[in-house]
Amino acid sequence: MIDLLALSPAWWQETFLIKVPIGLLAVLLPAGTIVYLYLFKAISFMQSRLGPMEAGPYGSLQLLAEVGKWIQKEDIFPSKADKFVFAAAPFVVLMSTFLLVVVIPAGPDALFVDLDAGIYFAMAISSVSVIGILMAGWSSANKYSLLGGIRAAGQLIAYELPLILAVVGVVIQAGTMNMQGIVLSQAEGEIFGWGGIGNPFILTQFIGFAIFMIAVQAELTQAPFDMPVAESELVTGYLTEYSGIRFLLFFIGEFASAGVFSAIAAVLFFGGWYVPGIDPANQIFNVIGPLVLAAKMMLIAFLIFWFRFTFPRFREDQLQRLAWKFLIPLSLANIALTGVLKVAA
Amino acid sequence: MSMTSESDQLAYIASQAADARVNVEVETDEGMTLNLGPQHPATHGTLRIIAKLDGEKVVAAEPIMGYMHRGYEKLTEVRTYPQVTTLVNRIDWLGSFANEVPFILAAEQLMEVEAPPRAQWIRTILFELSRIANVCLFLGDMAVQIGATTPVFYAFRDREFVLNQIERVTGGRFHPNFDRIGGLKDDLPKGWIEETRGALNRMTDFCDEMEELVLGNEIFQARTRGIGTIPSDVALAYGLSGANLRASGIDWDIRRDANVGLVYDQVDWKVWTHPDGDSFARFWVRLQETREACNIIDQLLGTIPSGPIMAKVPRIIKVPPGEAYVATENPLGEMGFYVVSKGDLTPFRVKIRSASFSNMSIAPWVLKDVFVPDIISILASLYFILGDIDR
Repeated sequence: MIDLLALSPAWWQETFLIKVPIGLLAVLLPAGTIVYLYLFKAISFMQSRLGPMEAGPYGSLQLLAEVGKWIQKEDIFPSKADKFVFAAAPFVVLMSTFLLVVVIPAGPDALFVDLDAGIYFAMAISSVSVIGILMAGWSSANKYSLLGGIRAAGQLIAYELPLILAVVGVVIQAGTMNMQGIVLSQAEGEIFGWGGIGNPFILTQFIGFAIFMIAVQAELTQAPFDMPVAESELVTGYLTEYSGIRFLLFFIGEFASAGVFSAIAAVLFFGGWYVPGIDPANQIFNVIGPLVLAAKMMLIAFLIFWFRFTFPRFREDQLQRLAWKFLIPLSLANIALTGVLKVAA
Repeated sequence: MSMTSESDQLAYIASQAADARVNVEVETDEGMTLNLGPQHPATHGTLRIIAKLDGEKVVAAEPIMGYMHRGYEKLTEVRTYPQVTTLVNRIDWLGSFANEVPFILAAEQLMEVEAPPRAQWIRTILFELSRIANVCLFLGDMAVQIGATTPVFYAFRDREFVLNQIERVTGGRFHPNFDRIGGLKDDLPKGWIEETRGALNRMTDFCDEMEELVLGNEIFQARTRGIGTIPSDVALAYGLSGANLRASGIDWDIRRDANVGLVYDQVDWKVWTHPDGDSFARFWVRLQETREACNIIDQLLGTIPSGPIMAKVPRIIKVPPGEAYVATENPLGEMGFYVVSKGDLTPFRVKIRSASFSNMSIAPWVLKDVFVPDIISILASLYFILGDIDR
């Protein structure tokens, strides 16, 4: 992008003036779009209602109104709360989201950091949000929050495993942990000798994709895995005592992570910024790549929200059973199968 | 507050001591005590449940009722008989017409009046319509308590058609206040029967939709099958009634077995029971009953006799001395009014036997060795209305 504009900014300009706003944009814009399109509108249509209609055309400014409302609200600290931990928790959750977006490539050169073990970094940093949620649950001095926090910890740790094991299949097939490398191997790959559309791993790693999406659903604590916030049981779980801007931060964290995880799924299974028919080395991808990635990401985010509003909630023990007794063995079998086929091919 | 007499002061101290005792129990017991309510999203109002937990497992749970007590039994003593219906249709606010019927029937029994056939027919139709309006919301709400947000919107959407039909006859969507001693306030409006058939079709579709969307869902079944099982002898011992009793396999329905004043004997219908007694069975029975109610109304609509809708009753209603107990099979279960008259304009004493109060009494028994999420799903499947618990 920078090359296209024929600019060569100094390192601090590049780091602070360009990367930080673009990073904010890359996290907040999809989060806002997801909230408006899916949480407000698509779901309303599924539930035979209109959703917000008053603020802006078709309620498109509703989100701004909501954000304004939350910012104005009092930031209440419970009297027995551990003040510092309580205040820090939303930032820990949000931090993990922002650090995740760092490794996602949106074009041959349109990326923040090109880590050799990009996907490894992403999987590791996504676990940090558990700490934030546990902090929120513990420091609120509220039993609902505590139950929610502990449920979240148990759930996120249990689903970390299938998430990573599902990715291992992709890594084996791509032969690299570099996110850019995974995109390129899909762009240049071929399915049993036919390379017409490259090899989007959704086709060859379908089991991996299914496991990955289920695990992502649990990682994001969306229904049917929303016990940590189960609003009919735990009021809102670890969010119970939060209000005002800190609740907003958690809210952004939730939907921004939905966007970021969809983007990771798009990179791993849908070829990321690549569209078939154009040479992946073509510079045009620095411009259309982010749009392609965003389109694929929205498609996957729709899946997440579709499930969220269709299924009832699992119970805690049923969810653990699903993770340990079904998803993990299945993903191990998937790894074994992928390995055998990789060696045979 | 000013406390004039010694008895006032003693009563105040006693109430404070009772509160303190509950709170001390909450704070000092071993393990964790979770206080669900009185303000909690799952209690549809102000029910308080004190659950003693071991991890997520419930060791003991006790419902504390009375946060919404409105003193209807006492209030009826200073209302004339026709005025009482206004009060009692706020007991179970989702199926409000059904609350008026047993009281009016008890008063009619005391006065030895019988409503003309047409009034009895329309009463039965409205009674079943309010059952649909009530149970329809249960079908959506049960899903929402288990975590699926969508079905409740469908329930509200399709319930609207039934409410519209009730409104067209009575003028009130929530509180019709339509039943009178000796008959009904008005006759049916023109074209109502055809419109009601349309609403019933809508309702049958809704039942099919719920069967696919909720009942057939594997997560729903995992959350409800074998959860909160109430064997039939326990159900009888705790005085359960309505669909909760029938879901425990006991074939008892007041509409068929002890019918007073309504025309269920004119209809070909079936009482649904389920042998399991778990949350799933209670949902299943209610779903079938909604279908059956559509069937009953459909048959009654075709056979409404002509004639007056009001029997001959004096303008000023004085009920002769005596006692009467009439119970009907309300949406929530057996609802009975025990009316004692001393020959005045007002009842001397009215005892309301409401279904939810008795159904809730089984909560400490059934909420043992379950998980916290099961508290919610079992309570939802027992189906209570706060107004019906506290009156």
